[in-house]
This record gives sequence, C-alpha cells and structure tokens, in this order.
Amino acid sequence: MLLTAGSGLAQTEYEYIDISNPFLRKIPLAVPWFKMTSGHAAEHEYARKAAGLISETLEFTGYFKILDQGAFLTDPLNPAIISANINFRNWTGIGAELLITGGILVKDDIVEMELRLFDTFKESLLVGKRYKGWVKDERQMIRRFCSEVIFHLTGSKGIFDSKIAFISTGTGHKEIYICEFDGYRPVQFTDNKNINLFPAWSSDTQWLAYTSYVKGKPDLYIKSLEEKRGATLDKKGLQITPAWVPGKFELAATLSFSGDQEIYLLTGTGKITKRLTYSRGIDVAPTWSPDGKRMAFVSKRSGSPQIYIKDIASGRVERLTFEGRYNTEPSWSPIGDKIAYSGMTAGEINIYVIDAEGGDPTQLTQNQGSNESPSWSPDGSLIVFSSTRQGLSRIYVMTAYGTDQRRLLALPGEQSNPAWSASAVNN
Amino acid sequence: MHKKLWVILALVVIVPSLLFTVACAKKTVKSEPEMTQTTEDQSAMEAQAARDKAAAEEAARQAELDRQRQMEEQELQRQMMAARNMFMNENIYFDFDSSVLLPAAQEVLKSKAAWMQANPDASVIIEGHCDERGTPAYNLALGDRRAESAKAFMVDLGIDATRLATISYGEERPVDKGSDEEAWAKNRRDEFVIE
Repeated sequence: MLLTAGSGLAQTEYEYIDISNPFLRKIPLAVPWFKMTSGHAAEHEYARKAAGLISETLEFTGYFKILDQGAFLTDPLNPAIISANINFRNWTGIGAELLITGGILVKDDIVEMELRLFDTFKESLLVGKRYKGWVKDERQMIRRFCSEVIFHLTGSKGIFDSKIAFISTGTGHKEIYICEFDGYRPVQFTDNKNINLFPAWSSDTQWLAYTSYVKGKPDLYIKSLEEKRGATLDKKGLQITPAWVPGKFELAATLSFSGDQEIYLLTGTGKITKRLTYSRGIDVAPTWSPDGKRMAFVSKRSGSPQIYIKDIASGRVERLTFEGRYNTEPSWSPIGDKIAYSGMTAGEINIYVIDAEGGDPTQLTQNQGSNESPSWSPDGSLIVFSSTRQGLSRIYVMTAYGTDQRRLLALPGEQSNPAWSASAVNN
Repeated sequence: MHKKLWVILALVVIVPSLLFTVACAKKTVKSEPEMTQTTEDQSAMEAQAARDKAAAEEAARQAELDRQRQMEEQELQRQMMAARNMFMNENIYFDFDSSVLLPAAQEVLKSKAAWMQANPDASVIIEGHCDERGTPAYNLALGDRRAESAKAFMVDLGIDATRLATISYGEERPVDKGSDEEAWAKNRRDEFVIE
C-alpha cells in the first residue's frame, strides 16, 4: 500500500508545478479553518489562526493562489478533514485544485494537529502528517508541514526554516539584523553603533561573516551565531564582501592590504590561504557556484565594472556580462544554473538574472526606483533584494522570474543588503 | 624788559662797587642765584622730562615692537592654522567611477605635500568617498582606490608613506545628501585628516 503510494507520488511530483516557470500559473489552493476537537474557546482561535498561517506561508512561495474563505461551500465551523467525509465537488466547484485540511486539539500548553493535503480532482491524499508540541511552537509545526507540501510538489525542501540577514538604520546606525524567511521576528545582531555591512551566511548557517567599522576602518568579522566565538581580520586597507565556500569552513573576501583590491581565500578562522584574483584594479564581491568550483565576482579589468567567472581548478577567468557599463553584486543561485546581479543604466539600478554559462540577461525589475543586492532563497525559487520604489530603501521579495514583488517587512529606518541563508541543517 | 636789562647791568657793573649796599645788593644777588637755580632746575627738569619722554617713547616703541612681533606671531600662527585648516578642509574631487587624479586635484595635493614637508611631525589619514550612485561594495573598493591614488601621488612628491594612512568609506558618508550632479560631484572626494 505504502509502496504503491510512493511510486504514485514519484510520477506525479511535478504535475502540479511547472518547473520551467512555476509562477506562470498559480495552483488554486483552499485552506478551510481547522476542525476543532474539544471545542474550547482557545481551540477556536487556533483553528482559525493555523489555517491563516498555512495560507500565508504557502502563498509566500508564489506557487499558489489562496482561495477566499468567503467562496467556500462548506460549513466553516465543521469542516470535513478526511477523504471519506470530504465532498470533493464542493472544492472543484469553486476552482480549488489542492485542499489542505487540519484537525486541532489544544489542551493546556500542548497542541496536536493532523494536517492533510489533497488533490481535489483526483480525490486523493497527497501528504498526511500529525504533529504534537507546545502551543508556542505552533508556527514551527505549520512550517514543517508546509515544507512537506512543497517537497511533495516540487521535489525540493523549501525555504521555511531559512533566515534573512540584512542592514537596518533604525537605531541611527547601520546594524545587522536577522529575521525569518518571511520577515517574521527581526532581531538585531550587531550593536556597535557604527557602520556594519555585507552579512554572509556559512552554508551550515552557523556562522555570519560581515564588515564592520567598529575599530574605525572596514575590518572583517567572522562570528558564530550560537556561541561566543569568532575571528577578526583587521589588516591595512579594506576587508569586505565575504562569501562562504559552500559546504566548507572557508570564505572568499576582498582585501586591499597590498594597495590593490584583490579577492583572497580565507579559513573560517580568518587566515589567508590563497590569492584568487590577479588583476590590477578593483576585484570585489565574490559569490560561489553551489559546487564551490567556480567563483563569480566583479572586476573593472575591462574599464567598467562587469561580472566575471573564475574556474578555480584551471584558473581561467571569463567575462559574463556585456550589456551595460555597471554590473555588480552577483549572487549565484543555490540551484546552480543562474546568477542574479544588479545593473545600472541611465542612473537606475535594476535586478537581472543571467545564465551562469552566459547569454542574454533577463531584467526582473523596472521603473521602480533603484533595486539592489539580490540574494537567492535556498531552493532558488525566490530572490530577496532592496528597493527604493517607495522612497526609502526597503527589503522586497520576488520569484526567480520577477513576479509577485512584495515588501518583506516593516521596520523603522532604511533596510538594505539582504542575504538569504541556506536551510538550517538541524531541522 | 628794560627793568631786566637794568638788573643785569647792575649785576655785572654796579654790584661790585656797591658792596656796602649789601642788603640791597644781597637782595639782588640773593634773588639772582635763585633765578639761576630756577633756571637750572627747569633745565634739569626739562632734561628729565626729555629723558622720561624718550624712555616712554622707547617703551612705547618696544611695546609697539612687541605688539607687532605678537601680531606677526599671531599672524604666523593664524597662517599656520589656516594652512592646517586648508590642509584639512580642502578636498580633492573625482569623476564618476574614477580614481584618476584630475589636474586641479594634483595642484591641491602638491600644496598638501608642501605642508607635510613643512610639518614633518604630522601624519595624515586620507579618506576616500563616493557618490550614492552605484553599489556599496564596488563603491567601497572605488573609495579605497581614490585614497590610494592621492597617497601614491604624495609619496612620489617625497612624503614618507608611513605618514599617510588610507581609509575608504565608499558611499557611506556623503557631505551632501542630495541626489543631483551638484551633490554627487561634492561627494566624489578624498578628505584629509591630520592625526
């Protein structure tokens, strides 16, 4: 029985989401209120809240069109949640192709949930999960189920346990903050009342490297997120734009102790092990291919800032961008095939995506202020960036195809330089 | 006047022959040295006054000299401060996306090098800055190059490299927060800070 279901799932995996452009047609999804078990007042509140949270979390991916509760043909307070009881025509009738049902039991501080994803046309169960935990961990349970849903539909783990580091000036200084993937719960990470820039996550999400002027000049700091340890690189000149090598305790960064801005390879403890660029003039802003074999970076070697790719083993360097005279801030997709960057034309900066093997770039933003600093979600489906489209610089998210552009979070001051982490390893 | 003449005549000619009329003569004689003394006192006083005046004049001259010297010193001080302030306040400016030293910038750097030669104890931090256009990382690198360009030029003019430090602020510290060419032109600069 399980095996049959398993092979069935494998065949249908990408039937729902067209991976060539998954955002072209959004899948209509219905999430009715959860079915209460005890019927207590507290449970009533959670029954609504949980359904809302599932809708928001899945809508964030850009894959779904969440159907309006007001259109539902079922009794909102007494939803059918298992196949045997569901009249699927109630759902296909309003255009829902997917249905998520939930049952909830809240007792003291403990919450139990059973969650199911159905294909309404095939009238079949796609994912079924049961969770039990502290009431305060409800959000994590919901996210875990959403990860299962996304994994079933796309074959990739999703983004729901990833985080975003960024710069905010809310205190009057450029400090680093960290929030969850959807902008939830921003927490101030640095507090040195100085200029802090270029946060960069290690691929195990345990370390953050960044530049800080805390000692009066741009030095590099490498900090453990969990423990009070780390390293500093404070040589003469610049130490900026760190980029961790995927899967390693190593990072590239731009240093200028020689009087020339070159990219070097460092250990996670801040020791220089290798020089990676050899061109008089600016070399800056490295980003790694997911296999760590190639590095894209910005160089002025041809006279204007352009993006180049260096093959580490052969040492060969090739120019990637040819359109425009100011292409910077490359960010290599964790999926590996694409590089996002920002390009300036006529004084306006926009986000572009280009195939890592070259070709014509695709412009993702236009006529909406300056759009800078793209960074990919861990599954390569979304891009976070900063934009001045509403005046002050704020952080926005869009799909990898440029659709569904929306603001990530509301905070005082200006926000910039977002960096999306990988998915957490221990989750 | 006639009376005075007669008195003088009496003194010179008649007085010796009229020794018996001492009282009179005495009176006259007596009155005469008194007059003489008065004259002597007067001239002494006059001499003293002249000396005093000379001394006062000398003192005034000295005071004036001192004042002048002080003023000159103050002026010198002022000029030194002005030179120092000029050194601190006179930025050099760059074209967009360039760290090439323009002719005007080179002239400013020559006077800065002269100042550093005249003030051998001074050490200087050269700050490289950019306008808001472009992106933060590239601009930090560009600011670094702008500071390094000025440093290299001054080292070529004979300033010891150890007296010149550089720091880039990229686009982080504009002097003019405007978003037009006038503001951008002011922001594409090197600043010079005496340590």
